[in-house]
Amino acid sequence: MASKKSLVVEYLKYEQMLKEISKGKRIDGRKLLETRSLSIEPGVIEKANGSAKVTLGNTEVIAGIKIQTGVPFDDTPDKGLLIVTSEILPIAASWAEPGPPNAEVIELARVVDRGVRESKMIELTDLCIVEGKKVLAVFVDISVLNVDGNLFDAASYAAVAALLTAKMPKYKIIKEGEIEDTGKQIPLVTKLIPVSTTMALINDAIVVDPTLDEETVMEARFTITTTTKNSICAGQKGFPGGFSLKQIELAVDTALKNGESIRKKIKKSVELAKKK
Amino acid sequence: MSKLLNSKNRRLDGRKLDELRPIKMKVGVIDNANGSAYIEFGRNKVMAAVYGPKDVHPKHMMKTESAILKCRYHMTPFSTGRRKNPAPSRRETEISKIISEALEPAIVMTDYPRTAIHVYVEILQSDGGSRCAGVTAASLALADAGINMRDLTSGCAAGKIDGKVALDLDEVEDMEGDADLPMAILPNLEKVTLLQLDGDFSHKEFIEALKLAKKGCLKVYEMQRNALNDKYFGNEKA
Repeated sequence: MASKKSLVVEYLKYEQMLKEISKGKRIDGRKLLETRSLSIEPGVIEKANGSAKVTLGNTEVIAGIKIQTGVPFDDTPDKGLLIVTSEILPIAASWAEPGPPNAEVIELARVVDRGVRESKMIELTDLCIVEGKKVLAVFVDISVLNVDGNLFDAASYAAVAALLTAKMPKYKIIKEGEIEDTGKQIPLVTKLIPVSTTMALINDAIVVDPTLDEETVMEARFTITTTTKNSICAGQKGFPGGFSLKQIELAVDTALKNGESIRKKIKKSVELAKKK
Repeated sequence: MSKLLNSKNRRLDGRKLDELRPIKMKVGVIDNANGSAYIEFGRNKVMAAVYGPKDVHPKHMMKTESAILKCRYHMTPFSTGRRKNPAPSRRETEISKIISEALEPAIVMTDYPRTAIHVYVEILQSDGGSRCAGVTAASLALADAGINMRDLTSGCAAGKIDGKVALDLDEVEDMEGDADLPMAILPNLEKVTLLQLDGDFSHKEFIEALKLAKKGCLKVYEMQRNALNDKYFGNEKA
C-alpha cells in the first residue's frame, strides 16, 4: 500500500516508527503484540439476515448477510453456498475509487472466506433443501467504511459476528422438487468461532494489528485464523517480504492467544445483541 | 470419509508420508521468451515464461527506483476435471498476487528501474499443489531470463491426511485430507515468502508441517539447481 499515504509518512514517520519498534513500542503507544480497541455491534442493518459493524482503532467495517435460495454446484449437490465479497467504498479513503475489485480486495474477501469456510463454522450440508436443485446461499458482503489498516481482521470479525446473529428463511417442500417460503425465520446454526489475527513484519519485528501507517512500511504480512486455543484453520502470507521460521512460530503463538481473547469479545457482543 | 493411508502409512499412490511426488524440471522451453521453464510435479504440468525487463504499460505504474513485477497464474480450460472457464477467477487473481509476492524478494528489483518484468505461469494440468509448482517454475524462468537474483524461490506444500502430517499433497489428498499448507522459501536467505493454510491443524501439527514443508522446499531447490546446471553447464551437477 506504499502509494496510499503521502511520502511524508514514508520518510519521516518511518524513522520514528523504527526507533520505537527497536524499543519494543509503537508510535501510537501500543506494545508490539497489542491490538487496538475493538468494538463489535451486531444487528445494525435490519433488512439484512444478519449484520455487524466493527470498529478496530479507526478502521470501520460493516458486514451484511443475505440468505437466499440458489442452485448448488454440480460437484457438491448436497451443500449450500457460502459467498464472500468485499468492497472498499469510495467514502473510506481519499485514494479509494469505485470500480471492479482489484487483487487486494479480492484477497481480502478470500481470506475472510477461507477463515469461515475452513473453521466449519457453518455446516454447508445444513443448507440443502432439495439435493441437486435448491439450496440456501449465504452471502457475506463486506463494506469497508473507513480505512486505517488491518482490514483483514476487522472484516473477519464483522463477518463472524454477523453470521452468529443471522437468521434464515425456513422453506418447506410442497411437492417433488417444489419449495415454499413459510415466512418464518430460524437462526443460522453455527459451530466454532473463527478468529483471525493479522501481523506485520517491520524491520524484523512482528507487530499485531497494524495501522495504515504501519502497513505502508511493512515488509510482509501474515494472517492466521484460529478456532480454539489449540487449533489453526487458515493462514495467509502477503506482501513481498519473507518471514523466518522463528517469526512464524511467534506469529502462531500470538494468534492462538489473541484468538481466545477476541473470541470472548465476539461472544459477549453477540449475547448482548440477542438479548435486545 | 475414504482412507488415504494404509496400515503401513503408505499413501494411495504408494508414497511415504514424507515423500515428494516425482518431479521433472526443464529450463529454457519457450523460444520467444527471455526465460522459461517447464515443471512436472506429479501430474501437475506447469509452464512458466518471463518477458522483460521491458517498458511499463500503463505508464503510471512505473517506479523510478525499481522494476515492477507483474505475475499471472492461469489455468488452461483443460487442466482440471471439469472444464475451467478460461476467464481469470478470483482464485487465480489471489494466487497471482501471492506468487508475485513470493518471487519479488528474490529479485534485485532496483537493478531494473522504470521497467516491468512479466511472469506468466500457465497450469497445463493441475493435480493439487499447482501454486507451489508454479512459483518454482516461475523462479527458474526468472533465473533463465538472466535477471539479477539474490536467491531462487522454491515451493512445496505439506498437509495433513488421516490425522497425520504429510508432504506434497495431491488433489485427492487435498480434497479429502484434513489440511494443506502451501509454502515457498528463499533457501539461502532462509525466508518464507509464500505461506497459506487451510484446514485444521493443532499447534504441534502446524510446527511439524512447517518443518516438513521446508524440507520439501529444500529438495525442490536442489532439483532447481540441477535443472539450471543442465541447461548452462551440460550435465555437470552442482
